[in-house]
Amino acid sequence: MSRNKSAAAKPAVMSGGKPLGRRIKDNWQLYLMLLVPVVLTIIYKYIPMYGIQIAFRDYKASKGFMGSEWVGLEWFLRFFSAPTFWRMMKNTILLSLYSLLWGFPIPIILALMMNQMRFHRFKRITQTVLYAPHFISTMVICGMIRIFLSPSGGLINLIAGTSIDFLTESSAFRTIYIASGIWQDAGWGIIVYMATLANVDTSLYEAAKVDGASLFQRIIHIDIPELAPIMVLNLIMSVGGLMNVGFEKVWLLQTDLNKAASDVIAVYVYQQGIERAKYSYSTAVGLFNTVINIILLIAVNKAAKRISEDTSFI
Amino acid sequence: MGKNTKSGKLTGLSEKSSDIILVILCTIILLIVAYPLYYVLIASVSNPYDVYAGKTFLLPSQFTLDGYKSVFADPGILLGLFNSFKYTIIGTVFSVVMLYLAAYPLSVKDLPGRKFFSIFFIITMYFGGGMVPTYLVVKETGLINSMWALFLPGGVAVGNLIIVRNFFENSIPKEMIEAANIDGASKWTTFIKIVVPLSRSIMAVMVVFSMVAYWNDWFTSMIYLPSPNKAPLPLVLRNILIKSSASASQASTISGGFAELNKMTEMIKFSSIIIAALPMLIIYPFVQKYFEKGFMAGAVKG
Repeated sequence: MSRNKSAAAKPAVMSGGKPLGRRIKDNWQLYLMLLVPVVLTIIYKYIPMYGIQIAFRDYKASKGFMGSEWVGLEWFLRFFSAPTFWRMMKNTILLSLYSLLWGFPIPIILALMMNQMRFHRFKRITQTVLYAPHFISTMVICGMIRIFLSPSGGLINLIAGTSIDFLTESSAFRTIYIASGIWQDAGWGIIVYMATLANVDTSLYEAAKVDGASLFQRIIHIDIPELAPIMVLNLIMSVGGLMNVGFEKVWLLQTDLNKAASDVIAVYVYQQGIERAKYSYSTAVGLFNTVINIILLIAVNKAAKRISEDTSFI
Repeated sequence: MGKNTKSGKLTGLSEKSSDIILVILCTIILLIVAYPLYYVLIASVSNPYDVYAGKTFLLPSQFTLDGYKSVFADPGILLGLFNSFKYTIIGTVFSVVMLYLAAYPLSVKDLPGRKFFSIFFIITMYFGGGMVPTYLVVKETGLINSMWALFLPGGVAVGNLIIVRNFFENSIPKEMIEAANIDGASKWTTFIKIVVPLSRSIMAVMVVFSMVAYWNDWFTSMIYLPSPNKAPLPLVLRNILIKSSASASQASTISGGFAELNKMTEMIKFSSIIIAALPMLIIYPFVQKYFEKGFMAGAVKG
């Protein structure tokens, strides 16, 4: 609706003064191209969004999204009073927060280092190897973790000369999750920083060298300010996804004995929704998670704006 | 080099010594990332008892291909491998076609409604229905146990869509498209004859991204394809790697008791990891040089 208005407001600028109807007609093939992607998106993205309302209903397959009985906040209240509610909240937040704390700075440091590397062949090889773990399935990664941490004949225990069953220790779970996450994705995370640094005007480095700036000073005064906007953007996106602890890895590394640290909301949504077919309840839990994410995203966005107004750093 | 060290002397740390420190640091990082994969590789061709005894830190011990032989003798794994290839090939073709069909119209500046359609797609990147409502829609559309459940719901990958659209906008010369228009070529002809051939680099990246996504996926299959003979390789490997049990077919083919079975299971773990990881590890270096370009194009406008 509004698109027609805005397009009609300035037709002369846009396409040689042809009227809107004519321009739509001229482009019919382009609309036809969009048809299938748009229909798929409506069916599999927008209809499920519409289906979120079952979080407030008692969903029965025979009655559909709209016809099922309205129960208000019942499912949410049930979730808040679940015996493991606080444990899941705590685990979800801690797992994310620690991942962010370690996972955010490491790619930046790696990118700054790689950017200084002047042996191009070596740099390329290092980059290739750093990207590799990103291309491996979570299933395989978790299989490797299990093999390496095995109490009998596992690499870690062989090196340390111990026989600890790490995956049964809830105190070790976060470390395992975060360390393996960094191993898998820190290398891939450098791409966007490397691409930004590649655009830095090399004359800046030359000028800084002439002025006697050390390598460290050049990084602090040229590279980091260059990366700052993208760093802030990444940080905002990560905080906005703080409640999105990936289901896959936690579920594959979970054992009955490490649940005190590995019980997270995402796994609960899956178990309740898919395994036990409690559709409405699971949707409510998922929606609760999404709402917290949106609140965090808005809050951190506002904070970032305030910081960028107050300081010249960003 | 000489010139560098001279100017470096003024600044305390010489260029040469900082180069050396960098190379050492990068080598350490390189080893940390590569060693776990290397260890699995050598363990997969070693005698499992030696792996257990810690004799395979650097080189294989008592070289053997028995692990690979038993992987390729296991009908369950073979079926998983076949399914994975099937899903990866069909899914990649489907996804890349969808991506191109959606990205080109969105890159045509004077298309009425262009902005509306862009927002229409981008919203789905930030907000979704969640696991259960999506599952219910897939179920209602009759896709349970159909491989199309893997392709249709995620068919339009919006992050990639933005990257491709920006590539079309920035890297295809406007003059060529205008010239085609003046010659009276239809929009479709322009797309097929000019845009598609000129975007091979980004297409290569998208093909690799799609292949990796489909090859590595197991969660979508676990939810939507409950039938065991439809499981892709990673899901088959779940029994071996995570649940730590040999498949039924394995148990029946191996004679020689529990210890032998256990030994085979351990060997299969290592070799199946290599088989599952290797295809994608071979492919991505071919398009690596386009990654940075692609990400930059995608980062320009969100």
